[in-house]
Amino acid sequence: MTDIALKAPGVPPPSPPPLAAERGKRISAWTRLTANRNWLGLWFMLPAAAFLILFLAYPLALGIWISFTDARIGQSGAFIGLENYEWLSDDSVFWLSVFNTLLYTAVASVVKFAIGLYLALLLNENMPFKALLRAIVLIPFIVPTVLSAIAFWWLFDAQFSIISWSLRHLGLISGNIDFLGDPWNARWSVIFANIWRGIPFVAITLLAGLQTVPPSLFEAATIDGASRWQIFRHVTYPLLTPIIAVVMTFSVLFTFTDFQLIWVLTKGGPVNATQLMATLSYQRAIIAGHLGEGAAISSAMIPFLLGAILISWFGLQRRKWQQGESND
Amino acid sequence: MITDLTRRALVKGATATAAAGALAGPALLAWAKAWAQSAPWKPEKNAQLAMLRWKYFVQAEDDAFVALLDAFTKATGVKVIVTRESYEDVTPKASVAANTGAGPDLFWGLYSLPHLFPQKCIDVTDVADYLGKKYGPWAPSAVTYGKSGNKWIDIPVCYTGSLINYRISTLKKAGFSKFPATTDEFLEYAKATKANGTPGGLALGHASGDANTWVYWCLWAFGGNMVDKNDKVILNSPETEKALTWAKQLYDNMIPGVASWNDASNNKAFLAGEIHWTNNGISIYAAARHDPTKTDIADDMDHAYFPIGPVGKPTELHLMFPLLAMTHTKYPQACKALMAFMLEANQFNPWIEAAAGYLTPGLAAYDANPVWTSDPKRTPYRDVAKRSLTVGGLGSVGEKAASAVSDFVLVDMFASYCTGREEAKNAIKIAERQLQRIYR
Repeated sequence: MTDIALKAPGVPPPSPPPLAAERGKRISAWTRLTANRNWLGLWFMLPAAAFLILFLAYPLALGIWISFTDARIGQSGAFIGLENYEWLSDDSVFWLSVFNTLLYTAVASVVKFAIGLYLALLLNENMPFKALLRAIVLIPFIVPTVLSAIAFWWLFDAQFSIISWSLRHLGLISGNIDFLGDPWNARWSVIFANIWRGIPFVAITLLAGLQTVPPSLFEAATIDGASRWQIFRHVTYPLLTPIIAVVMTFSVLFTFTDFQLIWVLTKGGPVNATQLMATLSYQRAIIAGHLGEGAAISSAMIPFLLGAILISWFGLQRRKWQQGESND
Repeated sequence: MITDLTRRALVKGATATAAAGALAGPALLAWAKAWAQSAPWKPEKNAQLAMLRWKYFVQAEDDAFVALLDAFTKATGVKVIVTRESYEDVTPKASVAANTGAGPDLFWGLYSLPHLFPQKCIDVTDVADYLGKKYGPWAPSAVTYGKSGNKWIDIPVCYTGSLINYRISTLKKAGFSKFPATTDEFLEYAKATKANGTPGGLALGHASGDANTWVYWCLWAFGGNMVDKNDKVILNSPETEKALTWAKQLYDNMIPGVASWNDASNNKAFLAGEIHWTNNGISIYAAARHDPTKTDIADDMDHAYFPIGPVGKPTELHLMFPLLAMTHTKYPQACKALMAFMLEANQFNPWIEAAAGYLTPGLAAYDANPVWTSDPKRTPYRDVAKRSLTVGGLGSVGEKAASAVSDFVLVDMFASYCTGREEAKNAIKIAERQLQRIYR
């Protein structure tokens, strides 16, 4: 092979005849492109870069561009600068959707984390039917979102809710609970459904993290007389923080951009009480045909998402391995 | 032999069958072949069509529709692949197809869907004129929905009436001999039914059909309007406030939970005996009639037009299902041939009968179909095309009106006031602001 990196240094090759020198130059350029480590790195990176540019960067950039236009369905639209954003800044429904999204994300993420961590710790213990129990915990995550949303739709139905029916027959309430017709009831109902669906992801991922903690550390702590809380606080939790950072980043992103659950359950109602930024964007862009305005709502989600990612990475995670060093 | 039908025989047959029903089986196929030979639209070679339609509410309607398509395929060689979606989902899918220039050739959607992207719909003026001359005239609202400027951009295939469905025994118990004819009487009736423990309900969630139709009716019944004839927003008016005030009183006497209702909610509740009046197509009655355990409900229910408000004339809005062909289709002639074929009497009459009152044509000749008189409870649905106003109200029925109805501007205005989320003036202001942007 003509790998120039392998040639012995300091031995000048004999001067080739002019024609051969020309050929040598050509071979050398081709060789550089195919054998040089830097060029090779570029070639190997290209498919991934092309994939990311085509399916992530381009749609994102296009969405941001459309948000600066008055594009409608079927019409490309003209550049209107920040007009869509100015309109949204004074739109009470948009701000309501921002509030709903933040409430939905914050409450659901915190509860999912708390219950998920608790479940992970439980499932990490030695118990009979451990494998079966772990499989059962995954069920809400396995069921397609739309199916579970339809199930919740029946559970929360204004007339046919099994919850209302049971409570009425137990004599605890006199009329049906208006789960999805009352604004606050509807908010808590959709948050509950999201929590139910999201817990397995958090629990199983944290369980995987717990499995990587060396048992010798627990044994050492136990011998030192640490209580169960102290073991959790000073051994388990610090070792889990890298995986918590990853899990919570994904959990927050999934919750913030949730669409299916809300759309099937309430379509953003009643009176926009459960309208999230994602559903409002779809409502305005696709249902009502105002692509520019819908794209502006989607683009307005980006700072929130970036903020969530930054908080997760720099707030929850301050370990040295992030900077490429080993942990203390 | 039927297979030797001539053009003259075809015309005669069509006229005769327009009122009397239809051919079936081999006769239908023979007729279809003869029609294909004489029709002005010759499908392109190897044409194949894809259609996305709203998902049927009455199974028999879809069966008749499939039989119709089979006959079309056998007669013309054009295969038609049909996909069915909830009618709320047809609009976004058609919108995406219009934007990307790819997808089904034909979309059969709701209200003024074609007016969201009129430039993406093929001109079907020749088909509309052909059908109008043969079976017309078209109902005024059908003309408004079908035309963009001077050309037809869709064929207004049929309507589904949004009429009051009510239980007869409950009506009598509330002290009424017939369904209230005015909004004042309607309110009294609602109060009485609630007091008797037999309340009703009208959807105030994002229900494309049930919620939009009743709130538009209510606004117009009190003289309110979204826009004037020049599409200038005039929503903020004392009439709109009166409509809201009345609607709030009605809401207070409905069953709880209507703010979360979608289009299926009132059907479920009515058939379960939970509500005793609502607005709907004939699907509740059809379902009750076909379910042996619900015969008592079918026998005890009837249909009525919406009451008349202070404006003194009917102000109903009924669902209209327009069929459009996209400009990206490779087979425009096949699309037009199918549109015309569907509405020919031989196909359309059995189809209407199978729908049992769920489909009301916009063409006058089909008023003679026996489906409207064989069961008197269906009769009110016969006239919904003639009675219906359009989603544009006083204004145009273009993409702006389509946007307003798709975005539930009026539904949210009514819901936010009725549920106590906003004061009337504020609810109107929010809706007015949205409309001003849509109609800019």
